[in-house]
Amino acid sequence: MSPPLLGVGEEEGQSNVALLASSASADSLCRNSSELKERNYMGLSDCSSVDSSVVSTESDESKRSTLNLKATELRLGLPGSQSPGRDPELCLLSSTQLDEKPLFPLHPLNDGHYSSSQKTVGSGSKRGFSDAMDGFSEVKITALLKGIGYCLLLDLVLITTLSLVQGKYRANSEVCAMLSPRPSSNFGLKTGSVLENLGTQSPNAKEVAPPKIVQDRPRAANEPRPSHNGAANGNSSAPATKAQVVGWPPIRSYRKNSLASSKNTDEIDGKAAPGALFVKVSMDGAPYLRKVDLKNYSAYKDLSSALEKMFSCFTIGQYGSHGTLGKEMLSESKLKDLLHGSEYVLTYEDKDGDWMLVGDVPWEMFTDTCKRLRIMKSADAIGLAPRAMEKCRNRN
Amino acid sequence: MQKMAGSSFPEEVLEHVFSFIQDGKDRNVISLVCKSWYEIERWSRRRVFVGNCYAISPRMVIRRFPEVRSVELKGKPHFADFSLVPDGWGGYVGPWIAAMAAAYPWLEEIRLKRMVVTDEGLELISKSFKNFKVLVLSSCEGFSTVGLAAIAANCRNLRELDLRESEVEDLSGHWLSHFPDNYTSLVSLNISCLTSEVSFSALERLVGRCPNLRTLRLNRAVPLDRLANLLRRAPQLVEFGTGVYASELRPDVFSNLSGAFSGCKELKGLSGFWDAVPVYVPAVYPICSRLTSLNLSYATIQSPDLIKLVSQCQNLQRLWVLDYIEDTGLDALAASCKDLRELRVFPSDPYEAEPNVSLSEQGLVSVSAGCPKLQSVLYFCRQMSNAALRTIARNRPNMTRFRLCIIEPRTPDYVTLQPLDAGFGAIVEHCKDLQRLSLSGLLTDRVFEYIGTFAKKLEMLSVAFAGESDLGLHHVLSGCENLRKLEIRDCPFGDKALLANAAKLETMRSLWMSSCCVSFGACKLLGQKMPRLNVEVIDERGPPDSRPESCHVEKLYIYRTVAGPRFDMPPFVWTMDEDSELRLS
Repeated sequence: MSPPLLGVGEEEGQSNVALLASSASADSLCRNSSELKERNYMGLSDCSSVDSSVVSTESDESKRSTLNLKATELRLGLPGSQSPGRDPELCLLSSTQLDEKPLFPLHPLNDGHYSSSQKTVGSGSKRGFSDAMDGFSEVKITALLKGIGYCLLLDLVLITTLSLVQGKYRANSEVCAMLSPRPSSNFGLKTGSVLENLGTQSPNAKEVAPPKIVQDRPRAANEPRPSHNGAANGNSSAPATKAQVVGWPPIRSYRKNSLASSKNTDEIDGKAAPGALFVKVSMDGAPYLRKVDLKNYSAYKDLSSALEKMFSCFTIGQYGSHGTLGKEMLSESKLKDLLHGSEYVLTYEDKDGDWMLVGDVPWEMFTDTCKRLRIMKSADAIGLAPRAMEKCRNRN
Repeated sequence: MQKMAGSSFPEEVLEHVFSFIQDGKDRNVISLVCKSWYEIERWSRRRVFVGNCYAISPRMVIRRFPEVRSVELKGKPHFADFSLVPDGWGGYVGPWIAAMAAAYPWLEEIRLKRMVVTDEGLELISKSFKNFKVLVLSSCEGFSTVGLAAIAANCRNLRELDLRESEVEDLSGHWLSHFPDNYTSLVSLNISCLTSEVSFSALERLVGRCPNLRTLRLNRAVPLDRLANLLRRAPQLVEFGTGVYASELRPDVFSNLSGAFSGCKELKGLSGFWDAVPVYVPAVYPICSRLTSLNLSYATIQSPDLIKLVSQCQNLQRLWVLDYIEDTGLDALAASCKDLRELRVFPSDPYEAEPNVSLSEQGLVSVSAGCPKLQSVLYFCRQMSNAALRTIARNRPNMTRFRLCIIEPRTPDYVTLQPLDAGFGAIVEHCKDLQRLSLSGLLTDRVFEYIGTFAKKLEMLSVAFAGESDLGLHHVLSGCENLRKLEIRDCPFGDKALLANAAKLETMRSLWMSSCCVSFGACKLLGQKMPRLNVEVIDERGPPDSRPESCHVEKLYIYRTVAGPRFDMPPFVWTMDEDSELRLS
């Protein structure tokens, strides 16, 4: 019997499954070496988890706290079962830290969740956006706030996601059980750390998807997918690119989106592979919207480079009307200057309708909560996090 | 002896005769007979179909046909359905609505496909045409429920509101309440694409007061337990689309629903069934024998339940279903549904490399053997063989639309590991009336030779990841006499075939080529030499002349037009024409 909650057919249903799959897609976060390594978005060491292919790395800011990507996922299991991979020592934030209010919208720094693979990317223009992010954060964020910022925003996104999910679930859903408010499962609706609570969540956790899920995604990611101009041999093992071929198989986006929502009800094979996640992207000053399929990307840097490509014509276009565009070459340095000068930042509207800065949460979490994207002028973006914090407090 | 001059034959008589001829093509032919026939015809034409909104300007249509009541327009290329056309490409209906608002005060019907419609446009429609009756927005975008509210509020004579597969910004469900209380003329309502809940009480009241309602397609957000009430208020329905078809099993809900379905004696078509659960499927059993159309392509029920269902639908003519039906289900279909005309099998899990269901070429072969009237097929599968295709071709020479999608590109015949040229060759050879064909699998230039040789009635061809050289494209362009639309992606077709067959392009509606090997130089040449074509280069890497002329363009869209180059292009689209040299330098 499929859980009624999924009959609502809205994106909340997706969030569960996508979160479950997030551990697997975390594999694709890092392209640092030929083997797939798992990194959490802060590049921190991982505790033992279901996915045994975890490899830990360190980064400077991370010394202050450890974050297990696994811990941030919602593990859903049968009543009474232990949610695997929970590290009870996983501590995250002390409550004092949480009381501090961040002054600025918080941005992780370079390595964080763009993963160090960005350093291997050759073309400078692809880094334009992340450079911009770096630039922005360096200017606006103090060292103290950096470390707190990650976790806080993570909390906030989780809190808002979970509260939203709780609010809309039907009561008799099994999946719901973990998320419904219980005295023992303090989701941080009070002042506790969400992540802390997740660490102690296990007795109530339900495992909907077996660990098999985690293995499936990496396999799928490695599955031969011919690139656009790939080899003629259809069954050859094409490079293990994460992105599917655009527009293939030829299924309408309308159907893809329906398929995606439907897939969440499919517990038969336990796979979680939504077809598509189209979100609109608007840019301040651009005459029309674009749409991107978040499923085509597995990391922020991919998304940002794709967006740069899409909107470069607008940024460059500022220097001339359409008729004279011919002479304005797509200059990497010019674009980089624009973005590095932090004129624009990438923001997204989450399921609550709040605008958040892109890049603060693990990629998978982002794809769950992101409803639309907006490239806005940096000046407009200040003050996003305080609003979110306030919202969180209001929910308590 | 009486002179057989046109002037001696009263115009009114001719007009009366012409009124029996509705088809646009026939009317085009009539208009060529002589000047007076041209004049009479153009004043009496009531319906205009423009297959490419950029092929002609609104002003030109209005000038020639001043008394039109029904307009149908298509905008973006078909591959826009698969995200291959970047947003902002065009297809704006605004200029058309503005022109028609002034010129056609008695316009009754607007049908749009793949166009960009705005709320302002919808409001203009609702206020400009006093007798407006039919609005069909198929795969359109750019509008919200605000525009729908304007339509509901102002179109007193509205009969049909069909939003099939459009992208609507769903701000609230209250737009439905804007239908006035004394509005009773609704015949067809399709809101299946809307994501949020519509005001349910408004819907119930609307359905209740419209006695002519024949088609009602709900959106996913309508829960199952509300269906019975709706059906009881509209027992005259002919086509019905449910919302989400899942709920906890409650005997009272089930029997209520089943009774409500039984009460609809005219019901012939069903759709919806999102996330269908097996326990509620039997609620439709009482009416299965009357069904001619069944869309289960959002129903996640498995083969055994599907078999039980379709086995009872002896009069089924159209079935859309997910590949959960599997080969066994298709066998049952072939055995039970002898009147089947159209079959579409969609993939439930297209992005996984490993098949999740037991659906192969065998299912299609069974249906082709068992259903003598089968003429339209869309089939997604993971394996195919030349032998199977040959069998299908021999079984069904009456096939008119054959679209096969083997999910993994360039997949060969799984038995012989050969290309599938021979199989598709058999299809075009045997199915002499084939109008539409989509290819997939491993294909060489040979298949195009077959197509060019045999597919003389072919009007639309879709090609992906196929062919080896320009010869392939040349075969198609030189051989297919009735070709109107050709869309190609990821094929090694380049300049030579295109330039050699430039004249052919003026006989077609459009050509789309993306990720092929056409150089910018060739595009320029084509644009310069062919003034009646718009050669549009779509390239998101920046202006094409910032790269060498031999560089391949990302995407190319060529269409014939009498309206000249368009001016509503986004920055990543360039039109090649005789001025392009000037514009780009």
